[in-house]
Amino acid sequence: MSAAGANRIAGAGRLTPANTVRFTFDGKSYTGLQGDTLASALIANDVHLVGRSFKYHRPRGILSAGPEEPSALVGVRRDASRHTPNIRATVQEIHDGLDAVSQNRWPSLTFDIGALNDIGSPMFSAGFYYKTFMWPKAAWKHIYEPVIRNAAGLGVAPKEADPDNYAARYVHCDVLVIGGGVAGLTAALSAAESGARVILCDENAHPGGALRFEGEARLDGMAGHDWAVQAAGRLAAMDNVRLLTRTTAFGYYAQNFVGLVERVTDHLAAPEPDMPRERVWQVRAGKVIIAAGAIERHMVFANNDRPGIMLASAARTYLNHYGVAVGRKVGVYTANDSAYGAAFDLKRAGADIPAIVDLRDEPDAGLVEEAGVLGIRVLTGHAVTGAGGKLRVASMSVEPKKGGRTEVIPVDALIMSAGWTPSVHMFSQSRGKVAWDEETGRFLPGTYAQECASIGACNGTDGLEATVNEALAVGEAAAKAAHPKAKKPSVAISVGSAGKWAGGMVGAGPGAEAGKVVKAFVDFQNDVTAKDIRLAVQEGMHSIEHVKRFTTNGMATDQGKLSNLHGLAIAAEALDKPIPKVGLTTFRPPYTPTTFGAIVNHARGKIFDPMRRTPMHAAEAAAGAVFEDVGQWKRAWYYPRAGEDMHAAVNRECRTVREVAGMFDASTLGKIEVVGPDAAKFLNILYTNPFLKLGVGRLRYGIMCREDGFIYDDGVVGRLAEDRFHVTTTTGGAPRVLHHMEDYLQTEFPDLKVWLTSTSEQWAVIAVQGPKAREIVEPFVEGIDLSNEAFPHMSVAEGTVCGVPARVFRMSFTGEAGYEINVPADYGRMVWDAIYERGAPMGMCLYGTETMHVLRAEKGYIIVGQDTDGTVTPHDAGLSWAIGKKKTDFVGVRGLKRPDLVAEGRRQLVGLKVKDGKSVLEEGAQIVDNPKQAIPMKMIGWVSSSYWSENCGAPIAMALVENGHNRMGETLYVPMPDGVIEVEVCGTVFFDEEGGRLHG
Amino acid sequence: MAEAQIARELPLAGRAAGGASVSITPAEPAMRVSLRAPQESIAAVSKGLGIDLPTRPKQSAVAGARSVLWLGPDEWLVIEEGDRDPMADLARATALHSAVDVSHRNTAILVTGTQVADVLNAGCPQDLSLEAFPVGACSRTVMGKIEVVLFRTAEDAFRVECWRSFSDYAFEFLRDAARGL
Repeated sequence: MSAAGANRIAGAGRLTPANTVRFTFDGKSYTGLQGDTLASALIANDVHLVGRSFKYHRPRGILSAGPEEPSALVGVRRDASRHTPNIRATVQEIHDGLDAVSQNRWPSLTFDIGALNDIGSPMFSAGFYYKTFMWPKAAWKHIYEPVIRNAAGLGVAPKEADPDNYAARYVHCDVLVIGGGVAGLTAALSAAESGARVILCDENAHPGGALRFEGEARLDGMAGHDWAVQAAGRLAAMDNVRLLTRTTAFGYYAQNFVGLVERVTDHLAAPEPDMPRERVWQVRAGKVIIAAGAIERHMVFANNDRPGIMLASAARTYLNHYGVAVGRKVGVYTANDSAYGAAFDLKRAGADIPAIVDLRDEPDAGLVEEAGVLGIRVLTGHAVTGAGGKLRVASMSVEPKKGGRTEVIPVDALIMSAGWTPSVHMFSQSRGKVAWDEETGRFLPGTYAQECASIGACNGTDGLEATVNEALAVGEAAAKAAHPKAKKPSVAISVGSAGKWAGGMVGAGPGAEAGKVVKAFVDFQNDVTAKDIRLAVQEGMHSIEHVKRFTTNGMATDQGKLSNLHGLAIAAEALDKPIPKVGLTTFRPPYTPTTFGAIVNHARGKIFDPMRRTPMHAAEAAAGAVFEDVGQWKRAWYYPRAGEDMHAAVNRECRTVREVAGMFDASTLGKIEVVGPDAAKFLNILYTNPFLKLGVGRLRYGIMCREDGFIYDDGVVGRLAEDRFHVTTTTGGAPRVLHHMEDYLQTEFPDLKVWLTSTSEQWAVIAVQGPKAREIVEPFVEGIDLSNEAFPHMSVAEGTVCGVPARVFRMSFTGEAGYEINVPADYGRMVWDAIYERGAPMGMCLYGTETMHVLRAEKGYIIVGQDTDGTVTPHDAGLSWAIGKKKTDFVGVRGLKRPDLVAEGRRQLVGLKVKDGKSVLEEGAQIVDNPKQAIPMKMIGWVSSSYWSENCGAPIAMALVENGHNRMGETLYVPMPDGVIEVEVCGTVFFDEEGGRLHG
Repeated sequence: MAEAQIARELPLAGRAAGGASVSITPAEPAMRVSLRAPQESIAAVSKGLGIDLPTRPKQSAVAGARSVLWLGPDEWLVIEEGDRDPMADLARATALHSAVDVSHRNTAILVTGTQVADVLNAGCPQDLSLEAFPVGACSRTVMGKIEVVLFRTAEDAFRVECWRSFSDYAFEFLRDAARGL
C-alpha cells in the first residue's frame, strides 16, 4: 500500500510517488502526492464523502475531475482571514499544510442534523419558497427569511479583510486559444508557427485536456499525454506565445475582449508575500479560438448522488493521471461508448468490474467483445434503477429496461456516462447562437456574433483526426486573418487511434420516469430532481427560463454544466415538445466562480480611488486642519485649536476673517484658460453675462446655463489679454464645465478660433481675505500696484509673489476685501508658508471650507449644487442682473423664455431669519405656509443653506420657496420632529448689505 | 514662464519603488506647454519651437532636451527638460495658436526595466508591445482610474505624465503593479 493512499495504484498515473504532500481534511491528516487535486488525494485515501448538499443535506461525494464539479465543494483555509468557501475539490491542488473542511453539516459530516430535510423533503419540493411561506405576510420578513437565509448557502465567508493581493494585466494578441486539449494545443501551434502573437490558456495545472485520461490516443507516434507535454513545451519556448496554465477564461465580452483569471499561488505551500494570489488578464484578441472541449453528463436514476458515484471520465482521469482507483468493485452505467474505456483501464489496473450496464440494446460490438476478453459482464438494454448505501454507494440495482427481475450488485464505486455535452459556454457568452443538432442530439455553435471559431469537442467534432485537422486549419486561418503576412505553419501532426465520444442519452433514465417518487438528481448543487422539473411543468412553467427559475435547475455556481441538458430533456418530455422548441438558457459570465479579489484587483486600500491633495496639504495638516472629502479632493474643513470643537473653531475663524484676515486654500477650484482671438466671443455665448467689453485686467462673475435655462455652474472670469482669459469653475464642476465648453466649441461653434486648456492643477490658489489682507500680502508682491485705485475689487494682474510668477485676483467670496493669489503649484507651499509667517503674528487665521461656507452665506453668495439643484434659473436665484440685457444669444437664452420658466409661483431663492434667534435650521428641511394643515402638508420649499452666523449673532439660512421673491417679510414654518420652527422671509444678504467692505 | 531660481517642491519628491525588473522614480522638474494650433500654423509653430510638430497619432519628436508629443489632431504636449523656456519660444511665433503653461499641472514618473510594459499594462488597456508602441510612441490614455500621457523613451523606459494631484495615485498604482511580477 502506497503512503499516499490505499487506492493509489503502483505504476499508474503521472505523479511522482516520492513527492509526498501532507494536508488535512476536517482536521484529519492525510498524505497525497505533489500534483494531486484535493479530490484525487482524498479518493486515494478512500474518502468519497466530502460534503452535504444544499437543500436536503444529503451526503455528497466527488462527481467529476474538473471545473464542472457541482458536489465536492469544500472550504480551504491558510489562516483565519484566508478561508475560501465553496472551493471545488476537483480543482484545488494540494500543498503541504493545506487545510480543507467540509461544509453544510452540523455537528459532523457523517452525522448531520440538517439531513432531516431529506426526510421531510416532500415539503421542500420545487417552488416551496413561493408556496409555503405565503402567510402570514409579516412573517416573511421577520421569521421565514432570516431562518431560510441562515439555513441556505454552503460555505462560510471569512469576516476578516482579505490579506492577499491581486493583480491585473491588459494584454493584446492576434489569437487567443481557450483550452489546452489536443484541439487547443494544435491550433496554438499552427497559429504560432505562422508568426502570430498567441495566448493559450488552460484551467488546469498542465495542458492536455482529455488526453489526461484518454489512454489510447496517439499523436506523432507518442502517447497522447506525452505529445501534449511536448507541445506545451514547444509553445512555452516560443517568443510570440504566452502559455497561461491554471487560467480560466471566465467571461467573453464585446469586441473579442476576454477575461481570464490566473490562479497564481493557491497551489503553493508558502507563496512569496509579494506574489498576487490571482491575476486577471484582460485580453483583446484579433481572433478567439474556443477549444473548450466537452463535459460528460451523469445518468439520472434514483439516489444517483451517493458518494462513490461519479462520471466515467473522472474515474479514468483519477486512474490514468493521478494513479488512483476510485474503488475496488466498480459498477459501470452508461449510454455511450466512452465509459467502456474507463472500465477497461480500471480492470487492467486490478479493480473488479462486476458489470457494465448499458442502456443501449446494441452497443459497439468491438467494445462488447473487448469487455468479454477482459472478463467483464456487459448487460445491454439494462438500466441502473437505484443505488444502495448512504455515506458511500454500496450496490446498484439493475433491471432490464423493458422491465423484469431486479439484480442488486454490490459495488463500492459506480461510474456513469450519459454522453458528452459540448462546452458552448464561451461561444454563448460571445452572443453566438447555438443550434440543435438533431442527428447527434446536442447543441452546437450555430451563428457566430464575434471573430471567433470553435474547434474540437466543443464544436461537435468527433474523433482525433478530424479534431487535429480542424485545429490546424483554424489556427492557420486565424493567424492569417490577424497577421496578413503570416507564413504557412510547418506543423504536421500524425494521428493514431483514439476512442469515440459520440452518442448517449439525455433526460431521466428508467426508474426515474414520470410518476416515480425517487430522488434522481439532475442538478446536484441545487438539489433538483427529475420529479421537481416535472412538477414545474405541471404547475404551468412552459418556458425553460421559467422552469429554471422555479426549480433553480442550473442556477447554482456551476451554472448547470452537467444538469442543463438533462433538465431540458425532462421538461421537453413533460411538455411533449421537441428539445429545441423548449430552448436553452443563455450562458453568462463568469464561466466558473471568480473571486471578488480578482475582479477588484488593484483597486483596494490606498489605490481604491485617487485621493487628491493640494500643494499646501501637508502645511494644513501640520496646522491641525480637519479635512473633508469634496469629490476626490481632501479639503481643509476647519482648524480647531486646543479645546475647540468644530462649532467654536468655525465661529472663531468667521470672526477673525471679518475682524483681521484669514487665509484659505482655494486650489481645488477648477480653472480653464481660454485662448484665441475669439475667446471673448466664445465666453459671451457660454455665459449669461456680457463678456465682449470686459477690459483686460478686469474680472467678472459669470453664470453658465444649460440649453434649458437652468444654472449649470458659476465662477469668476478674468481677462489677462485681448485673447486670453482665466476662467474659474466650482471644484466639483471643473471636468464637466470643460466638457460642456468643449462640446459647444466642437459641435456648435467650430468656426471660432479659440482653445480651452485645463489649468486647475497648474495653479495653487491662496485666498487672503479680510481688512488686513492687503497689509499682509503687499510686501510679497512685485510688479502689481495693490492700491484700491490701481487694483480695485474685481481686478486681475500678473506679477510675482515671493519671487515666483503669479496671477493675483482682487476678488472675494467672503464679502471682505481680499486677494486670490495664484502661483505655480510647486511653489504653493513656499508662498503659503511665507504669507502665514507674516500674517499669523498680525492676527490672521487659517480658515477652512466650513468658514468659507458661512461667510459666503452671510453675503448671500450661492453655491451651485447646494442652493441650486438643476431646476433653478438665474432669475430664481436672484441673479437676473447677471444676464446681459442686450445679449441676443447665449446658451440657455431660449430655455429661459419657456412658459414654465417665466410663470408665476416658481421656487425662488430667499433668505430666512429664524424667529427664535437661535435654532439653526436643518439643510434640506421642508417649508410650509400653514403648520396646522393635515399631514401630508403642502410643501412650498426647502432650506438649501443654513448656519449659525457668529458675525450676525443669529442663525441664517437660504431657501428655495414658491414665489419667494414676493414673500418678503412673510412668516413661514419649518415643521421638525421636535416642533415647528417659525421663520421670516428676507433678502439673501445678511451682512454688510451695502457691500462697502469689499472695497476696503 | 521664465523659471524662477527657487526650487520647485515636487509632489513625489523622495519616493522610489520597484524591484529587479522595473524601477519607478519621479522625474526631474520640467517645463511644459499645452499647445494647440490649426493645420495652417504647424510650420510656423514648428519653427518657433525648433522641432517639427508630429502630425500622426502616437508620434513624438525630440530635439535635445525638448520633446513634443502628439495628443490630438490640433494638440501637443511640449516637455522641456533643459532651461529653454518653450513659452518664450512660442511667444515669438505669430501664427495662430494657443500656448498654455502647464509646467506645474503635470508631474512625471519614470518607469524603466525589462517588465515596464507589464507594469503599465496593469492599468493601461493599450497594446504596449514594441510593434504597436515603439520607442518614441506616446498617447494620452488611462491607467487605472486616472488619465495619463505615456511616452516611450526607450525599449525599456516610459515617462508617465499625470496631473499633479493624481500623482500619488499613479505612483502607488505603479508600485502595486510592480509587485510579484
